[in-house]
Order: sequence, then structure tokens, then C-alpha cells
Amino acid sequence: MVVEKLKFVEGVRPDVTADIVLMMCPMHLLTVEQKMKELKVGEVLEILTDYDGALEDIPAWCEKTGNEFIGIEDASNFFRMYVRKLSESHPDGKE
Amino acid sequence: MRKAYLDHVATNPLNPEVFEAMLPYFKEEFGNPLSIYDLGTRAKTAIEDARQKVASLINARPNGIIFTSSGAEANNFALRGIALANQEKGKHLIVSKMEHHSILNPARSLERMGFAVTYLPPDKYGIIEPDVLRKAITKETILISVMHANGEVGTIEPIKELSAIARERGILFHTDAVVSAGNIPVDVKQLGVDLLTLSAHQFYGPKGAGALYIREGIRIMPLIYGGIQEGGRRAGTENVPAIVGMGRAAEIAKRDMDKRYAHVKLLRDKLISGIMQTENVYLTGHPEKRLPGHASFCIEFIEGESMLLMLAMQGIDVASGSACTSKALKASPVLLAMGIPASLAQGSIVFTFGEGNTDEDADYVLQVFPQVVKRLREISPYSQGLGDKEAGKCIRN
Repeated sequence: MVVEKLKFVEGVRPDVTADIVLMMCPMHLLTVEQKMKELKVGEVLEILTDYDGALEDIPAWCEKTGNEFIGIEDASNFFRMYVRKLSESHPDGKE
Repeated sequence: MRKAYLDHVATNPLNPEVFEAMLPYFKEEFGNPLSIYDLGTRAKTAIEDARQKVASLINARPNGIIFTSSGAEANNFALRGIALANQEKGKHLIVSKMEHHSILNPARSLERMGFAVTYLPPDKYGIIEPDVLRKAITKETILISVMHANGEVGTIEPIKELSAIARERGILFHTDAVVSAGNIPVDVKQLGVDLLTLSAHQFYGPKGAGALYIREGIRIMPLIYGGIQEGGRRAGTENVPAIVGMGRAAEIAKRDMDKRYAHVKLLRDKLISGIMQTENVYLTGHPEKRLPGHASFCIEFIEGESMLLMLAMQGIDVASGSACTSKALKASPVLLAMGIPASLAQGSIVFTFGEGNTDEDADYVLQVFPQVVKRLREISPYSQGLGDKEAGKCIRN
């Protein structure tokens, strides 16, 4: 299931970048949650991470929160992961 | 018996205003900053307030401040964290021979892990010359660490010039500002540093609180994993009272800096000119580029530890250099690196003033010290001509 979602992409142009290379769980999820609040609907967040768990967790977070997981790009020693904000709602349902 | 505490480079008493600020966080404000109810959010707010104050002391952005348990932790974090995060770019580090053991020993541990380290020699005043640094840089160099000021000889390093060399070559620059931050102006932008270490008890804050400043955008490998505190870069439930104390101490240090600076400098100058009246006494470190409250000497024909004991018997608390110097009865590596002969380096003594000292403290030392020197020289085996009379020339000239 996870592998199906791991679409490789190239040349995605992000609006905001969050560098969390060397950070581990749960910094990837906290960062995504916080950074997404700063984005407008339609904008793209780029997450730089070398944490393997993010490959599974970030697509799952997008599914849970109704945002689009665009895909990943391999940057030799870390990944670039792209998420597009689709709504203003928070994962816990609060506006 | 009269008491005079003149070892402020070892530590300082807690400022009463700082103590007041910390008190609630030992008692009713005991919340965990990660908890979402009011008790927790108040603790979190207190930490962020302290972060802002510490940042303001060194002209940094608050999110560049990572709280640690001490200056030593922050130094370890800087060296190991930057080395491990950048080892794909190169495996060479440069540190100075003036550094504290919390820089030297992590550097040695990184050598065991396959990194190469160059140890920069100082000049006779303890200054690291920019040319010396320039020559040590290789294509593999990823980090340079030179302290802002040295606690043993008081010398203030030309950090601005040194960091400019690093920046030209795209190398990260760290400075250990433990004994300078809060006592003399420290501005990360003016100094041009990427990382800087501070310690709260050096500016009348509590022990157990330090910080590492990290310029925005720099990756660092955490020393401690397993929590989201400090942006995931330093796990562990925060020492809230100590952090609050550090913040308040930073705020007061900024407010009172000019006043404190002028006060300790006056006492120091008086002590230096008085002690230099004694024969065969040499000032160590730079005569002008030194910490305002710092007076350090080598006393010929005498062993430092015996001076400390005799002064302590008269109520004067001072130091003889680094811990290993005083515990292992050996000559200080810093003094030896400055070219001071081992026989003279044995007689090292360091007086450091603080805001609580008075003119009478300086007078008292000037009254007692010459008698102590005289007495020790009378019983010293070195005074019979065994000592190298020329030894002091390396500092004097």
C-alpha cells in the first residue's frame, strides 16, 4: 500500500521548504502540521528529510487530513517530499 | 576572617533577581512544557520568553537558540553535531590550542572516528593569528572552532577576522563564548559566527543551563534523540527553572553590562598594577585584549597550588588555571602552548572579579599577596637559583 503511494517526481516548485534532515520521529509530522498552517490552499510544501519513517507517515498524514501527497524526489542522501495543501481544515477536524 | 571571592571565571553567585524569577518554576509552575493544558502552556511560554531574552543578549533570532544543560554540552553538540552532519563534505576540523576541554576532547573523540583535526597554536599572548588559521585550512575542512575569550589568561580572540576567513572558504565557524557572553558585548552578526556557546552561570544565572546558537539553515546532528523539545534537536524535558533563570540573567546582563564592565575593569587594573610591583611576576595573556575582570599571572619560583592554599587560608578564593592543572599538579597546556616554560607555568594564578567585589577586596589581596609570595619563596627549592631567570622573557617582551 505504501509503495503504491511513493510516486517519484521531478522539478516540483515548492512555495515553502522545511529542512528536517537529521531529525527523527515525530519531527516530520509536527513540522508538516505546523508548516501547512502557514500555507495557502493550493500551495506546495517541500520537506527535506532523511528519516525513513517519513516515507510512510507523510503520505498517510496527507490521506488523513485531505491534502495531496504529490510525490518524492531522491536527493542522494535525503528525500524531497512534496505536499499540496487542499483545505484549511486541521487533522482533528477543527477549523 | 575577611573573605574575598576572586574566582568569577569558575562561577558566579546567582543574582537575587534571577532567583526570584526562577522560584515559581520550582513550586506551583511545575508543568511540562509539552502538556497542552494551561500549566504546560505557561511553562512553554516561560521557555520561549527566556529564549527571546538569550537571543537578544547576542543579537540572534530566538529560533537560533537551543537550550542545553551546560556550556560543555553545547560545545560537544557543536563539534560532534556539525562534524557528523557534514562528514560527506569533508572530514577535517580546526580547533585552537586555547580551547576548553569540552572542545578539545570531542575533537579527540572525532579523531578516533576517522576525522582529522588541526590544533592551532597561539602567539605568546594567547592570540590565534588569522594567518595561522589560513594556512591550516584544507579542501576537507568543514568546521573551525576558536573560543571568544580564554578563561585561563583572559585573552579575547580576533573572532571577526577569523570567521571572515572561514566564510570566504564556505567553512562553518563556531566560537565558545562561555566566559565572554554576558560579560562583554557578544553579537553573533558582528562576530560573523555560525555557532556560539553560552553558559548561564558565567553571567549570574544558574548552573545547569547553557545554550548553543545555531545560525538558521545549518544542519546539526542531535546529541540526544527521542523528544521534540528544542525543535527535535535536543530531546529531554526542559530544565524549566534553569532556563527561566538563564533568560532573566541574560536580560539583566544586557541591562547592566556597561556598569559591570566598568566596575570589574577598575578593580582588575588596580590589582594588575599592584601585583606587578612584586619582583619576577609576569602578566599572562594579552595586556589590552583581555576580559575586563581578568588578571592572570605567572609567579616565578613558586608553585601555583601552594599559593592557592595560602591565599585560601587568608580568605582569598582564587584559581590556578584549568582543572587538570590544579588537580594533577601539572603545567597548563594553554600556558605551554603560549610558549611559557613549564617551570614558570607552574606558578600560574588567576584572579577574576565580579560585580560583588569591592575596592577593599583588591586592597586586601594587594596587602596579603606579596607576603604569601615572600613566604613561599623563602621555602621554595627553586629560589636558590634552580629557576630559569630568563624564563619570563617570553611574556615580558
